[in-house]
Amino acid sequence: MRAPSEKEAKTAEVLLAIEDVSLSFGGVKAIRGVSFDIRKGEIRAIIGPNGAGKTSMLNVINGFYHPQEGRITFRGEQRRAMRPYAAAQGGIARTFQNVALFRGMSALDNIMAGRTLKMRKNFFWQMLRHGPAMAEEVEHRRKVEEIIDFLEIQHIRRTQVAKLPYGLQKRVELGRALAMDPDLLLLDEPMAGMNLEEKEDMSRFILDVNSQYGTTIALIGHDMGVVMDLSDRVVVLDYGRKIADGTPEEVKSNQAVIDAYLGVAH
Amino acid sequence: MDLLYKIFIDPFVQMGTSPDLLVQTLWEGLVAGVLYALIALGFVLIFKASGVFNFAQGIMVVFAALTFVGLYQVLRGWGVSPGDVAAYCALALTILVMLGLAYGVERLVLKPLVNQPDIILFMATFGLTYFLIGVGELVFGGSPKTMVIEDLHLPRGAVEFKIFGGFVSLQKIDIAATVIASLMVAALAVFFQKTRIGRALRAVADSHKAALSVGISLEQIWVIVWFAAGIVALATGIRWGAKSEVSFALQIIALKALPVLILGGFTSIPGAIVGGIIIGVGEKIGEFYWGPLLGSGIESWLAYVIALVFLLFRPQGLFGERIIERI
Amino acid sequence: MFYREVGQYKTNYVADQAVFPILQDRIGLGVILLIAFVVIPLTGDDFLLNAVMIPFLIFSLAAMGLNILTGYTGLLSLGTGAFMGVGAFACYKLTTIFPNVNILIWVICSGFFSAAVGALFGLPSLRIKGFYLAVATLAAQFFLDWCFIRIPWLYNYNASGAIQVPQRMLFDIPITGPTATAMTRYYVVLTIVVAMTWVASNLVRGRIGRMWMAIRDMDIAAELIGIRPLPTKLTSFAVSSFYCGVAGALLVFLWYGGAEADVFNVNQSFLILFMVIIGGLGSLLGSYLGAALIFILPIVLRMLPPALGLEIRSVTVEHLTFVIIGVRIIVFLISEPHGLARLWQVTKQKLRVWPFPY
Repeated sequence: MRAPSEKEAKTAEVLLAIEDVSLSFGGVKAIRGVSFDIRKGEIRAIIGPNGAGKTSMLNVINGFYHPQEGRITFRGEQRRAMRPYAAAQGGIARTFQNVALFRGMSALDNIMAGRTLKMRKNFFWQMLRHGPAMAEEVEHRRKVEEIIDFLEIQHIRRTQVAKLPYGLQKRVELGRALAMDPDLLLLDEPMAGMNLEEKEDMSRFILDVNSQYGTTIALIGHDMGVVMDLSDRVVVLDYGRKIADGTPEEVKSNQAVIDAYLGVAH
Repeated sequence: MDLLYKIFIDPFVQMGTSPDLLVQTLWEGLVAGVLYALIALGFVLIFKASGVFNFAQGIMVVFAALTFVGLYQVLRGWGVSPGDVAAYCALALTILVMLGLAYGVERLVLKPLVNQPDIILFMATFGLTYFLIGVGELVFGGSPKTMVIEDLHLPRGAVEFKIFGGFVSLQKIDIAATVIASLMVAALAVFFQKTRIGRALRAVADSHKAALSVGISLEQIWVIVWFAAGIVALATGIRWGAKSEVSFALQIIALKALPVLILGGFTSIPGAIVGGIIIGVGEKIGEFYWGPLLGSGIESWLAYVIALVFLLFRPQGLFGERIIERI
Repeated sequence: MFYREVGQYKTNYVADQAVFPILQDRIGLGVILLIAFVVIPLTGDDFLLNAVMIPFLIFSLAAMGLNILTGYTGLLSLGTGAFMGVGAFACYKLTTIFPNVNILIWVICSGFFSAAVGALFGLPSLRIKGFYLAVATLAAQFFLDWCFIRIPWLYNYNASGAIQVPQRMLFDIPITGPTATAMTRYYVVLTIVVAMTWVASNLVRGRIGRMWMAIRDMDIAAELIGIRPLPTKLTSFAVSSFYCGVAGALLVFLWYGGAEADVFNVNQSFLILFMVIIGGLGSLLGSYLGAALIFILPIVLRMLPPALGLEIRSVTVEHLTFVIIGVRIIVFLISEPHGLARLWQVTKQKLRVWPFPY
């Protein structure tokens, strides 16, 4: 547990603000007028039952979906529609619910691909792969090896990711996101389908990323227990609406949340 | 200015002043379109039911027609008479050959490749194409053949209509082919939508694994659709052979079914028909009215360009559902 | 037993990122290059050089080009033949207009024309995927085919409608045209192909290669880590077409010595695609293996019956070749869907741990 004073200092500035965002596909309303913010340095959880619109929310944040209504302010700049690569350039990285690795590539190449935006040497040098291109490659390789060490995946560096077990794939995916040096890291169900030990490992990595690199993290989960332990603040969605927002303790005792999770007779 | 006039005004003036020529061109487009549609139909059947993009469909058409003509000649050579008995025997035997082909393809090509990525299955049908070309030429020789017309009692000659002060001539065989094609399409549509096997076919197309897990027999389904596609190929082959001769030159024409599929969507039977007609008509109109401007022969690529332009605006095809990308 | 990497430690990332980090592989490559540059020209006759090695190298180059697009970037193309044609016709026009500039410069330059045309026809790839894109490339194939025939300017208004390669010199030695010897042409082709292979291997292992493969494996995820799909796909189209264009120019100038538009028809596209698939998608080595298998085997087949004293009509052999190619494609796909290159990798892995199974 971190000290509250440290936490308050960290949560001073708003990194990303969502205001009145609505998103629909044809007639289906996935998100209806949701507002919340993510502050610099915090771990923010988005939880809710299946179909609550959590993944859609992340997709809106990194520009994969364009909301019909509402405003998104990232680092003080307002935007509505944005191509995903522009979000990536802005420093938003992301992992996926169903692992979205580059299956034909090795773990190392996957993480190196995360450095793409930081690599600048032009086509000519790439053709020669000597001099500046090689120097750049080595520089980033060093960075990537740090991440590999951090995630303890040295032994699978050269393995094609499609052949890895699910838990390790999730780790490689986290590594790829980390390689982007993100300001905001979006994690979609980082613990889904994991056993207890893998969940503990993953929790440790998430906390370490947050404290070592100071990365702001927004994560989705439906496992209340783990999410509540990890996060500083929690927003709860149900049927596309926000039903609660606050610290884990506040949310836990919120009647609307209990109803949404346990179900009530309507 | 002159060029602009020739592109944007002149063709329409021509259409207006001699409407009989326009109707004739439209009809020829329709006829070509039905041929494309029939080939596309074979593609759609197999794609719908197995998710396999069957490149060999065009060759199956030639192969079926060659087998039919070849068998007819053999039967005649053995002294089977009168001619129509030989023709119908040959037809029946060809249907058996197509069944054998369907069975063989299922056994030797598809079954060992279950659950492989699409491109692998696609390439396998490429292999099948080469195999069928080779076998067809080995057995029946490489020279073009004439289709059996009289002994099958196919209608011949033309009907002429007087309209707009001119006249339009329609080949009887074209009319017959259009009717037969419509009937075949209707039957297939009912089969797919209403029967138990039709439902199983659609399930297999969505996912091999899931279909297997609910106890659908892939082997049976595949033999059925490849057989059905073989029958469609035979009908196409006879219809096409009646217009020109039977040779492997059709391979290039068969590729025209691809833009048709794009317009209609890979899984839609009505799409294949409508797409075929659009491509056929578009091609003939383009060649007739705009072709001379570019130096003729634009028929060879116009269909593809129509499809390409269309794709840019509607990537899911005419009847496809809008794709929502999820992650 | 000799294939061991024990004791070969890498002390820096440069060494670790080499193409062949293992010593035995480097020796192997050296031996192959030695054979290609010294042994074959010394021992081979004109038939071997002219009818086997030169076309084999050229087809390998074209296959490599298509492999960059289809194997590395995952974009299926059926327009390879046409892109090769663009290279050949561009080279022909360039050397007609500027006869005094060295032909080798034009061979390489023709690649740029091909790259531009390729990128143009690659534009739809932003919206169109998979088989739909394959049909879009067919549009390129048939449209360009039509251009090669209908635009007489391209073949200098020759009555035959064909390209006739003029004689061109390099250091006073003829390298194209009827007087060039097989040996010189072989050396020119070999040098170009080896150099371009080296460049390709650099590209696919660096940032650009990773971007291509990322798009191939999961385009949405690639976009979310900051890889812009359109420029990446267009680069791939351009590089791929560059390779095909140079291959096309070499094909006409250093092998056929003259060609009609027919050489670049859709069947050529299919043939190159077979080479890529059989050799292995996403493998440069595979491009060579695939070209060898598809191109050289029919030659062997043609020579086999006379060698065995069998009398088979050449037409029959032609038909048999079709059957055999077809059967081989299917058999290969069933036994090793990832192509010859994977087979080679598996063998290497087995060798590495021999005599133990793993």
